[in-house]
Order: sequence, then structure tokens, then C-alpha cells
Amino acid sequence: MNDTFLRWVLITLLVLPLFGALGALFPAPPGLKGRDPDQAVLRHGVSITGIVLLLTIALAAGFDYAHPGRMQATTNLSWISSAAIRVHLGVDGISLPLLVLTALLTFLSALYSYFKMPEGPSAKSFVALLLVLEAGMLATFAVLDLMLFFLAFETVLIPMYFLIARWGSDARDRAALRFILYTVLGSVVMLLGLLLIGLKAGTFDMVTLASDNGSKLSHTTQLIAVLAIGIGLAVKTPMWPLHSWLPDAHTSAPTVGSVLLAGVLLKMGTYGFVRIILPIAPQGAHTFAPYLAAFAVVGIIYGSLVCLAIGRQGSGGDLKRLIAYSSVGHMGFALLGIATLTPTGVNGALFANVAHGLITGLLFFLIGAIKDRYGTTDLDRLSGTTGAALYGAAPRLGALLAFGAVASLGLPGLAGFWGEMLAMFGSFHPAAGLSRPAYLAFMGLAAFGTLLTAAYMLLVVRRVCMGERRVSDAHEQAEWAAEGSDRQARLRNDGRPQSLRVGGETNGESGESTAEPAASRVLVDVQGYEFASWTPLVALTLLAGLWPAVLLGLTDPAVRTLLGGN
Amino acid sequence: MDHLIGALVGAPLLGAGILLTGGRRLDRIGHWIGCLLAAVSFAIGVLLFADMLGKSGAARTMTSHLFSWVPVASFQANVSFQLDQLSMTFVLLITGVGTLIHIYSVGYMEYDERRRQFFGYLNLFLAAMLLLVLADNYLLLYVGWEGVGLASYLLIGFWQHKPSAATAAKKAFIVNRVGDMGLSIAVMVMFTTFGTFTFGPVLAHATSASQAKLTGIGLLLLLGACGKSAQVPLQSWLGDAMEGPTPVSALIHAATMVTAGVYLITRSGAIFNAAPTAQLAVTVVGAVTLLFGAIVGCAKDDIKKALAGSTMSQIGYMILAAGLGPIGYVFAIMHLVTHGFFKAGLFLGAGSVMHGMNDEVDMRKYGGLRTYMPITYVTFGLGYLAIIGFPGLSGYWSKDKIIEAAFAKGGTDGWILGGVALLGAGITAFYMTRVMLMTFFGDKRWGREAAQEPGGVAQPQPHPHEAPKTMTIPMIILAFGSVFAGGLFSINSSFLHWLQPVTGHTEGHLPVSAAVIQAATLVVLAIGLGLAWRQYGRQAVPAVAPRGSLLTRAARRDLLQDDFNHVALVKPGEYLTRGLVYLDHSLVDGAVNGTAASVGGLSGRLRRLQNGYVRSYAVSMFGGAALLVAATLLMRGV
Repeated sequence: MNDTFLRWVLITLLVLPLFGALGALFPAPPGLKGRDPDQAVLRHGVSITGIVLLLTIALAAGFDYAHPGRMQATTNLSWISSAAIRVHLGVDGISLPLLVLTALLTFLSALYSYFKMPEGPSAKSFVALLLVLEAGMLATFAVLDLMLFFLAFETVLIPMYFLIARWGSDARDRAALRFILYTVLGSVVMLLGLLLIGLKAGTFDMVTLASDNGSKLSHTTQLIAVLAIGIGLAVKTPMWPLHSWLPDAHTSAPTVGSVLLAGVLLKMGTYGFVRIILPIAPQGAHTFAPYLAAFAVVGIIYGSLVCLAIGRQGSGGDLKRLIAYSSVGHMGFALLGIATLTPTGVNGALFANVAHGLITGLLFFLIGAIKDRYGTTDLDRLSGTTGAALYGAAPRLGALLAFGAVASLGLPGLAGFWGEMLAMFGSFHPAAGLSRPAYLAFMGLAAFGTLLTAAYMLLVVRRVCMGERRVSDAHEQAEWAAEGSDRQARLRNDGRPQSLRVGGETNGESGESTAEPAASRVLVDVQGYEFASWTPLVALTLLAGLWPAVLLGLTDPAVRTLLGGN
Repeated sequence: MDHLIGALVGAPLLGAGILLTGGRRLDRIGHWIGCLLAAVSFAIGVLLFADMLGKSGAARTMTSHLFSWVPVASFQANVSFQLDQLSMTFVLLITGVGTLIHIYSVGYMEYDERRRQFFGYLNLFLAAMLLLVLADNYLLLYVGWEGVGLASYLLIGFWQHKPSAATAAKKAFIVNRVGDMGLSIAVMVMFTTFGTFTFGPVLAHATSASQAKLTGIGLLLLLGACGKSAQVPLQSWLGDAMEGPTPVSALIHAATMVTAGVYLITRSGAIFNAAPTAQLAVTVVGAVTLLFGAIVGCAKDDIKKALAGSTMSQIGYMILAAGLGPIGYVFAIMHLVTHGFFKAGLFLGAGSVMHGMNDEVDMRKYGGLRTYMPITYVTFGLGYLAIIGFPGLSGYWSKDKIIEAAFAKGGTDGWILGGVALLGAGITAFYMTRVMLMTFFGDKRWGREAAQEPGGVAQPQPHPHEAPKTMTIPMIILAFGSVFAGGLFSINSSFLHWLQPVTGHTEGHLPVSAAVIQAATLVVLAIGLGLAWRQYGRQAVPAVAPRGSLLTRAARRDLLQDDFNHVALVKPGEYLTRGLVYLDHSLVDGAVNGTAASVGGLSGRLRRLQNGYVRSYAVSMFGGAALLVAATLLMRGV
């Protein structure tokens, strides 16, 4: 009975966002009209994502923790019988944390947008797209049929494209185009690989294929399939050198877009590696693993070095871009873990996935808040030569940013540590048949990567949180003041009580006349809604760091089931 | 009793949690909450100590299992604590000195508006440091290890509005990270070799591993120790770390955190005992740093940096002793404890001087302060006598034992190491006498230049005065420790008997009699003292530093360590990153842009050819279909 209940919970939480998206397009029913249509539809978004979050929590509560390796809450129906495509749904210890993460981040994004809607066209389509995006992301982690997986994987692209292209900033058209070009090209290749597997093995069912463990696929088939699927997933992850869509997409995306992009979309790539490539085509995975590991390690070093260069004073670097490149490095650790083909490494990869979702999600939220306050994420404009002094200007925001940075650099006791540690650990002792010396070298380089990560993350803290801002240039001062009052005016028009004000100017109309030096300004510190959207991420980062068993206890048996045949 | 061990760590952790999240309403009492929880931890420590004294033999080791931490089948780790004599020694030192320095900080940070946060960080440090010494496995130790690094980072950069402090904090963390890399890899090697992280089984089976592996583990552990304990070649951060508030320098960068490397090596003694090559490397690092720090200490005019050089040098002694194996472990820890007392006392004294001198740190602008701040003068003076090894005081007992142990290593090694340790004692006497004379004796050199500087901004005149009681009382207590601790430890070799069951001990064979070495130590001490008096006591100290010899100038620049790092590491790194960014823009992006451009160009041409958007879509659809057909054909072929 329990499983029947869970099955319906799972189905509901997958379908609900789609209906919600549809509902968002219609005018609000009487009684729910709210203050204005925008508010009503944003509230609709919060409620739907909130219900979905509750459903995932119910799913997690009903989950049988004694058997996390078994598929639970399963639905298995024939859909297109001629092509052997089935509607097969289920969750195990690998997908459950990702489902919860997705629902949580989407809810927090919706909540944040309710108070701080990104600038762009109507709120109506924003909410609808957000909900479609959520449906696609959730489905990716819950479907157990290769064709459905592909469908879900692709569904995500379109809403994300529009979120960047319509609600983004700066060079958003180019960024959105590039995002779609890269990922669609990757997907086409992936589709070929998936078709190949399905046709050769006679089924698209991921559970059957996984328990076959590649025994029905010839070596050549596995090689081609892994190469094809791997490229598609690697674009999404992103793996160096297929990463260059990511910095642009992040830089241009609105805050919630960045949060979901880093927090969930990237995870779909690594999830695919674990769910499809490792169990279904183990021989192919074995052949390509060293290359994957090599690319992963290059990504770790490369991403970190680029971050260092972006962070350097005078380079005109952008904070969002920096965090985007840091994702290349962090996902490199996840890929390295997968490429070890060991339970330890794969567990590390899955842990790194969730940790990166929490931490980088938090970081993008914070950077969004910085942009709201300063009007820019350009590091040089932000911090000049002395540092932006966020500790002094907005202590709580500064402290949170420092927390995020420290978590991101992998401090033990916070979530970022375990994934990296386990991935390196797996690499120290890779699966049988893989070249040990090569993996030792990879591990050494990855360890060096953690050093570089510390360097650039602390550079960010140094330049953004610390220092004493002095603006000597009169022109810049005027510019600042003008911008400030501009932003304020916009925010004031929102009519929301929480609208951000640059402090010290309590009299709303005096913005231009005071034109005080930026140094003497006090920024508005963390607001209530910001606290509400960030606190869960901070708490979970701490929880996962201090008590990793809560996550590893789930993934470990499931990973063992998947790798079982080896 | 066992579950009290968790409370040792828990109390300061709770304090950190309360103080850092409590908000402004705690501003008025926050510092007392911090002191209270530090004191609670100390009280629990004393309780456990009394309990331990009541037991004997193996029963003295207590363990406490909290929860299963990482349950991955091939990678088990627990959060459990182990309290034995070695950890107990550290617990008392950390919580005892820690509590005193908390109390001192109440006065020292009185006018800082972020005092509550400061105490939060101090409590966080205590928790992490206790975790480090109480962990029963290497993984948990590593967490504490990084935790103290974080606390150190936060506290060095506490006055973050000072660019020098912000930079110093970053540097300290990153240089430490280099060492941490060594430690983390060492932990991995250990786990794969022994199948567990727990001290007991790892150390019991140490000899079962191959020599190469043990040497590797030893060297990696040494790298970790070098980072945390500021030993050559990872020493460069400690001098800069003096940018932090002085209580931080006393607690973290003198008495406790920087000695974590010594703890690590002593704790892993079984591994080092079985890996003579690694052990030799440890002694070499210790001996080199011992001289390095002492030489740097001779040239610095900044009182805190002179003391930092001294810390480096004294930890060099401890590392040297730890590298000597069972003949040295006990003395390494004994010197660590006595050093904890007198160096913390010296730093607190320096803080008191700065407190009275408008935060001036340049000793050339001090002079003649003994009459203005008598308590500081006496306590600092006692610390000074202790550190130079004046007979009867703490430093004499512990340092002398290390010098003897170094000679007792035997062979040429023994002569070289013993000689270095002896020489170091002389230089210690020189630089510490220099600090003492420049600060408390001679003419007063302050309060002059403000009047002399034409057109200069009128500086407020310093009015040297004694510090408040919250500051002087901790100094007095530490001075007691500096005087008596060493002697107490040496009565009936009590410290030796206390620690021996954990670290093991063998008597070395001295090439000459112990009396000769003790006499030689005294002679060297007298020479160092005399030289310092000749230069800084008999003649007036110039208020502006003379140019000095080549060595002096190099020593002022920390023997060119930063210059070396800059040329060897920073510059190439910069070029590399610049090159990469160029690559990213021109190559990777270029290739993609090129593809995009050619696709765009092609479709543009097609558009022109076919005169309409819809048709170009049709073309791309056709292309897609062709791709699919090709794919199907391909698959049939496979």
C-alpha cells in the first residue's frame, strides 16, 4: 500500500508543475487575484513549487531506507509498444537526493522571484517557464526509460533558453543562442547513442539494461554508445573543453536562472553518466574512463586558473563568470569520481553533485543580491583597488558570501569537502584494469586543484568582503549616485515594503541631491525574503558537511547495485 | 566520564554558534559568554585530568564514540574521540592558555565594535583545536586541522579594513593549504595501506607496510606539519600573520595552533620510527627552521615579527626533537608546553606594550618602558629569561633536554644537529635580549618625532601606561608558568613518566657527558647575551634602522622567502593564467565561434539563395532528417 501511495506521489509531483504551468497562463480565478495579476501569478508559482517540494519530502519520508538500492515508487506502463518505449518511473538512493534538491531549489527560486522578479517581460510566462523547467528537471531524475530520459533532458532546454534570452542581462541573446546550440548539438549525438543501445539490446528500459550490465551489447556497440552519450552528457556537465557555453549563460542569466542552471541542470550530466553509462555499457565506460578522468582533471586545473585570472585586479572580470568557471572545476571532481569506476569515487561524484548544487546555488543567489545592491557584478567596478568592504557595508551578506566561498573551497565540515575527498580517494585506488599511475597523477593534479580553488575563492572574499572602499574619482561618484537613485526608484515603484534601499538616504527623494561618496554608504543588509530563500541552503550545506552519512547512506547501496556486475 | 570528552569540544562550539549568529543584542555580554565557555571547557579538562590521574596504565586512555560519519562500505569513518596522556596535555594547554587569552582579550578588544564576533572566532578556534587533538582517527584530525586553519584565517584578517591584514590572512590560508594537501594525501595512503583511519590499528601495524610507503607517508605528514607549524619551506605566512590582533598571535600563532605539526609527528611516531629517511628529513627541517627563525628574529624591528621569528625557531626545536624519535618525543612535547606558557606571555606582554603605545609596533620607537609599565616589564622579563634558557626557569629544562637529545642521536648527524641546536640557543639569547633592551631599557625614543616632523600631521603623543587588570592577570599567571612549569615537569622526571606510555621513550647515549653540554649551553647563552648588550645596551639604539650588513638586510626581508616565492611560483603562475585566458578566448571560444560563424554564414547564404526564413528552416530540418537516416544506417552496420 505504501508503495502505491508513493507511486502516486511521484506521478503527481511530475505532472503537477506541467498543469501549474498551464494554469499560470490563464487569468487567476476569483478570490486569488491578489494585488495585481503579476503578484497573483508569482504567488501561483510559489504555491505550486511549494506543493511539489512537500510532495518530494513526502516521497523522502515514505522511502524505504533499508533498501535504497532498490527502485521504489515504481510505475511501469507500456507507452509506444511498437518501439518498446515504456513509461517507467521510480526512485532509488541516487535519484532521491537529486529530486529533493531540484524541488528545493525551484521552490526557493520561485520564492525569491516573488519578492524580486527579474526584469523582463510578463511574470506570467516567467512562472510558466519556471514550472515547465521544474517538470523537466524532476522527470530527468525519475524516469527509467532511455527515450523518456532523452525527452526530459531536452524539455529542460527550452524554458532555460527563454529564461536567459528574455530575462537575462547584457549579451543575453548570444549567450542563450550559444547555450541552445551547444546542448542541442550534444543532445543529437546523445540521441544516437541512446537509440543504438535501445535497438541493439531490444529494450529502452534502464533497469533491465542495468541488470544486464552490458552483457547483451557487443564491445563495439558499447564503445560507440558511450562515446555518443558521453559527449551529450559532457556538454551538459560541462566537461572541459565543451564548457565554453557555461560562463556566457551564467553571466547573462537572471539570478534564479543561474541558480537552477548550476544547481540542477549541470547535475543532469553527471547523473546520466552514473545512471546510464556506468551500468549499461560498462566495457565502453572502462575504455573511456581514463580519458574522461584526464579531461576532468584538466577541467579542474583549467577552471581554477581561469578563475584566478578573472579574479585578478584590473582584469575586468565578472563575479558571475568567475563562479561559472568554478563550476567547471567542481564538476571536474564529480567527473573524476565517476571515471574511477569505483563505488567510492561514484559516491563522491554524487555527493559533489548535491554539494555543488547547494553551495553554488547559494553563491549565485548572493551574487544576485550583490548585483541588486551595487548594480554590477564587475569585480573591478565593485571592489576597485581596495576591496568592496561588504563586511563593513552589509555584514550579514558579507558573512554569507564568505561562508559560501569557504564551503566551495572544500573546507571539511561543510558539504564541499566530501565529494572532492571521495573522488580523489577513488582515484587513488581506481577500479581494476585502470592504469594506477595515471590515476595517481590525476589525483595529485586534483589535489593541486583544491589549492587553486582556495586561492581564487579567498581572492573573491578578499576583494568583495574585505577592504575599505574609497571612491576618489568624482565622475564615478556621480555615476554611482545616479545609478543608486535609479535603482531605488525602480524598486520603489514595486511598492513592496522590502524594496532595497541604499541606506543613509532614508528620505526617498533625496537620492540625487545628496550624491554622497560611496565610501560612506551603508548598504541594505540581508532582507527577510532573502534570508528565507538562503537559510535552507546554508543549513543543508552544514548538515551534509557534518553528517555526510545522511547522503552517503542513500547513495552507497544504490551505487553498489549499479556497479554490481563489475 | 567518557562522554564528557565530547563536551570539551562542544562547549566552545556552542559559544561560537551563539556568538556568531546571536546578533547585536549579545554585544554587551558576548565576550563574557566566550570566556565562560572557554572556562567551562577548561574545567571539564581538569575534571578529566583528575579522573585520569586516578587510573593507571592502559586504563588512562578513554574513548568516546559519537556517530558513524561516512558509512560507505569501503570507506568507514567515525566521529569518535580518544583521550590519552598526549591529548590530555594538549587539552589542558589549549583550554588553560585559551581561557587566559580570552580574558585578556576582554580588555584588549574593549574598543572594537566587533568584539562579539572576535570572541566567536576565538571559541571556534578552541573547538577546532580540541577536535584536532581529541580525534581518534586521521580523518577527524584533518577536519580539526582545517578548522583551525579557518579560524586562523578569520582572525588574522579580523581587521579586514587593513589591506595588509586581508592579504596576510589569504596568504596564511593558501600556504597552509599546500601543507594540507600533503596531509590529505598522507591520510589517503594510510587508509589504502592499513584499511582504516583510526590511530590504534594504523600505528600498531605501521611496521607491516613497505619501507617506501612509510617513507612516503612520513614525508607527506611532514609537509602537512611544515604548513601548520610554519617550518621551512612553508614558513612564509607566520610573519605576516602578525597582522592579526595580538591575543590571536599569542594563542594561535605561538602557543597552540602552530604546534599542531609537532602533535601530528609525535602522534604518528610509530610511522616515523619505522621510516628513518622521513625521520631524518624531519630533523633537517627542524634544524634549518631553528636557525632560519632565529636569524630573522634578530633583524626585525617590529616587536611582534621578532617574536614570530622566535616562535618559528622554537617550533624548529620541537620538530627537531620529534624527528629524533623515541629519544626526543617527550621533550618535544615538554618544550611545546613550556613554550606555550612563555611565548603566550611574551606576546601578551607585547600586546600590553602596544596597548600603551598607540599600537606602535616598531621597537626603535620604544625604549625605557620599564618604569611606565612595571607589571608588563616583570612578566615579559620572566618570559624572556625562560625562553633564553636561564637556569632554573621553564625554558632551561625543556630546551636543554632537546640539545642533549640531539647530541645523543649519535654519529656525525648527532654532532651537526647538536651543534645547530646549541648555536640556536646562542642566537635566541641574542635576539631576545635585543627585544628586551630595545623595549624596556635605554632612553625613551617615543614622543619626539611628532614635534620634529615639519608640517607633519600631529600624532597623538603616546602616554605609556599599564594595561587594565583583565590583561595583566593573565600575564601574571602565564609568567608563573614560564618560571615554574619546566622545573615541575622535571622533578623525578614526572613529565617523562606521564607521557612515556603514549610516545615511548629511550635514553640516548651522549658522546660527552651531560654536564659538558649544559656548560656549553650556558657559555653560548652568555655570549649571545653579551653580544646583544654590547650592541643594544651599551650604546644607544638609533631610532632609524641603520642600513646593516647584507645578512641583516636579507633577514629583514625574511631571508628573501617572499622574493623567492614570487620569482619561482607567483610570476610563472601569473603568466600561465594569462596564457590560459588568452587560450580560452582565442582557441576554445574561437573554435566554437568559428563553427557558429560558419554555420551562421552558411545559413545566411542559404537564406539569400532561397529567399526566405521558412525555407532555411526546412533546410535545417532536412539536414536533421538526413542525420537521423545516416545514424540508422550506421547502427544497422554496427
